[in-house]
Amino acid sequence: MLAVNKIKKDFPIFKRKINRHNLIYFDSAATSQKPKVVIRSISDFYSKHNANINRGIHTLSEESTMLYEGTRNKVAKFINSKPEEIIFTKNATESINLVVRSFVRPLLKNGDFILLTETEHHANLIPWLMLAEKTGVKIKYVPVDSNGILDYKEAEKLLSEKPKFFSFTYLSNVLGTINNAKKLTFLAHKYNVSVLIDACQFVPHMKIDVKNLDCDFLVFSSHKMFGPDGVGVLFGKLDLLKMTEPFLGGGDMVVEAYYDKFVINNVPNKFEAGTPNISGVVAFGNALDYLNKIGMNNIENHDKTIVNYAFDKISKIKNIDIYGAKSSRCALISFNLFTNSRKLIHPHDVSAILDSFGIAIRAGHHCCMPLHLKLNIPASCRVSFYIYNSKNEINFLVKKLEYIIKMFNGGVKNE
Amino acid sequence: MNDELYNEIILECYRNPNNFGNLKNPDISFKDYNPLCGDIIKIDMNIQDNNICDICFSGSGCVISQVCADLLLNNLKNKNIKDVKNIDKNEMLKLINVELSPLRMKCALLSLKVLKMCIYNYLGEKLEVNKYD
Repeated sequence: MLAVNKIKKDFPIFKRKINRHNLIYFDSAATSQKPKVVIRSISDFYSKHNANINRGIHTLSEESTMLYEGTRNKVAKFINSKPEEIIFTKNATESINLVVRSFVRPLLKNGDFILLTETEHHANLIPWLMLAEKTGVKIKYVPVDSNGILDYKEAEKLLSEKPKFFSFTYLSNVLGTINNAKKLTFLAHKYNVSVLIDACQFVPHMKIDVKNLDCDFLVFSSHKMFGPDGVGVLFGKLDLLKMTEPFLGGGDMVVEAYYDKFVINNVPNKFEAGTPNISGVVAFGNALDYLNKIGMNNIENHDKTIVNYAFDKISKIKNIDIYGAKSSRCALISFNLFTNSRKLIHPHDVSAILDSFGIAIRAGHHCCMPLHLKLNIPASCRVSFYIYNSKNEINFLVKKLEYIIKMFNGGVKNE
Repeated sequence: MNDELYNEIILECYRNPNNFGNLKNPDISFKDYNPLCGDIIKIDMNIQDNNICDICFSGSGCVISQVCADLLLNNLKNKNIKDVKNIDKNEMLKLINVELSPLRMKCALLSLKVLKMCIYNYLGEKLEVNKYD
């Protein structure tokens, strides 16, 4: 366990009171809170180094280019890739759209299909459905059982049918189950299928190594790992990025431009048209420094300890359904509360009442509607954890969840 | 504690609604949902000489959506549909009489939208639905 009280001091937001209570933030899977070093970095950038990148020969432009490229090097080191294999986008969603439109679409032939899993959130579903609408490509899904575990046998069977591409999540944002990404990638490559790993929920909590995974593409977002929003990462193997068509056209993605033609720039600039989110990328570099300072192994240990503790405590509550198994879980738990007569207590009510005690959780379908339909629930509550969450906070949550059930059963009239 | 929103009167109304149920052969029935929360409200009604002679709602969802539906239907029996057609947003919000955030407003107004759809469908008119979105 990390020293949560000390860590909380790094995050100014925890000075805030929510409805007269200390903030307990259980919604890091949606976005993480930001440490002082990251917040300060944005203001520092604009105060001291602001200029456009790759454009001027003046001091400030050189500084801002160095800082921007500095983050690219840090990201590469963080995931064990080459710097030129790192593309900065707006978010992981844009990274996926880039691969869908510029890598996969040009390769499609009649009768092709794309393979996804049933646990994908909208970011790794809608771009493919849009592709299907435009091209008629079919989409198949690797099924998941009621415990949230992927059917690896079925995955291999579907991969043996040679889909054009396989895109899957590393860690489900509803079930919290960690998929065996290395095995899935290995199986895909056995049948010459390229893969994209949506690692948004995984990268903030555990060490990642794209060489070891051998994945072709991998995406994640800065804002879930202490960095600012508006910065996403696309990792791609260099030879594949070279094959990939440009995504957006504009400045920086060309080396020569004429009235009737243009010459495309090299990877990674080829994919970074226009002025990027420079201050955001620079601050993301500070977020990576912060993660490294705490240590990814320490973070993984802390987050796993917290999720296991929470799972044991929450599962003892009478009238609760937890979605997904305890094993191979990280960072989050989705559940629903019921009254004694098994009537669902709507997640929005649970969230609104918890909010009155300063507890922030997610309620809804977490941008993962098809999985909720499969589980046959309209919505769910989700608590997600990070390094600033403690066991005491879990105890407080459990007490309040029990209170809510009692309230809906009609048992707190005189309290 | 969010006393105002989850007060005992509201919770009691949620646990024991007056107007929950389905009609066997309703003259008109309409169902809609709030995709954000998954609230579902269906209203069944029978109409005689332009008066509502029977009305009830069914569905599921958050406390606000269900309680608002029940409160809305409380006094509609024997009312002329022309009058019911004119119930506006503010009258609905007065019924629940607690402060609602903009996000919860959608839950509160869902049943009014469904009620209006029933009557407009019955009259063969078109409703500008975005007023209640």
